[in-house]
Amino acid sequence: MANCPECGALVQAEGVILGEILPCPECGMELEVLCLEPLALGPAPEMEEDWGE
Amino acid sequence: MRIGVLISRIRVEEKLLLEALTARGVAFEVLDDQGLVLDLGRPLSGYDVVLDRCISHSRAVSILRVLNDWGIPTVNTCEVVANCGDKLVTTSLLRRAGIPIPRTLVAFTPEAALEAIEQVGYPAVLKPAIGSWGRLLSKVNDREAAEAILEHKAVLGGYPHHVYYIQEYIRKPGRDIRAFVVGDETIAAIYRHSPHWITNTARGGQASRCPVTPELNDLCVRAAQAVGGGVLALDVLEDPDRGYLVNEVNHTTEFRNSIAPTGVDIPGRIVDYVLAVGRGEAVLAEAAERARA
Repeated sequence: MANCPECGALVQAEGVILGEILPCPECGMELEVLCLEPLALGPAPEMEEDWGE
Repeated sequence: MRIGVLISRIRVEEKLLLEALTARGVAFEVLDDQGLVLDLGRPLSGYDVVLDRCISHSRAVSILRVLNDWGIPTVNTCEVVANCGDKLVTTSLLRRAGIPIPRTLVAFTPEAALEAIEQVGYPAVLKPAIGSWGRLLSKVNDREAAEAILEHKAVLGGYPHHVYYIQEYIRKPGRDIRAFVVGDETIAAIYRHSPHWITNTARGGQASRCPVTPELNDLCVRAAQAVGGGVLALDVLEDPDRGYLVNEVNHTTEFRNSIAPTGVDIPGRIVDYVLAVGRGEAVLAEAAERARA
């Protein structure tokens, strides 16, 4: 568990891997797993113009 | 065998691909483009193949250029990514290969673009040549809308937006087709249904299984080879009169919504292909050479 940096909600993040993107269940912000031990979440990078498939 | 996986973010797709590598007992290393530094005089060594899952087009082209020049095979190659990342390049290659495409015009000033839109007729579709996920697509319904959009692009857009890529609007039957090509086979396809004219699943389109007929397989494999081949996702439109038209070819395919409807282990098939490239069993250079010829 770790806190969402935007709204402070506790986010369940079991079985995640470093760099994984997951949404905050309360505010919906996209979060990036920055560290596993201890678990740390940060805002995911903002989408840039050339991102895509 | 040692595999590199080049990523920008680990989304559902990347996680499934890493799980497929783990399930096959393959050692891999994640290369995060956010922190990557390449010393051009000191080539990385030890990678049999690198799987590109970079979602930034500019970063992907740059990194794959260096890796390929170092002799490291990548899926996809730099050339394929460059071919697919620019819709004008993709369309031109498809046309050259005789693949049916929507009527497409390109212009370089707002005045010429307005003339091109008038030639296509209303509604017309205006797209950024570089861009994805259905962003900034415009369905232009009349001349006044065309003038407004072109002025916005001219004033607010950077230079990539000053290549005006204009297509006829295809009256598709409330759906289009997303087909997945791996090597020389169309492994799966879905219909993307939407009441909106933009059917991307990233924009809310709903997926259902599309049968891969011999006709669809042949068309998609030929279109994939036209841009150099590899692991590719094609957007195919169904025109009421002309049949299939290949609209786009995507090089970093997103497939999370396509596994359940098709029943195909898409990440597994991709990983198997990457391993074949790493073993030298799938030769990408020949396909890239075909695209250049």
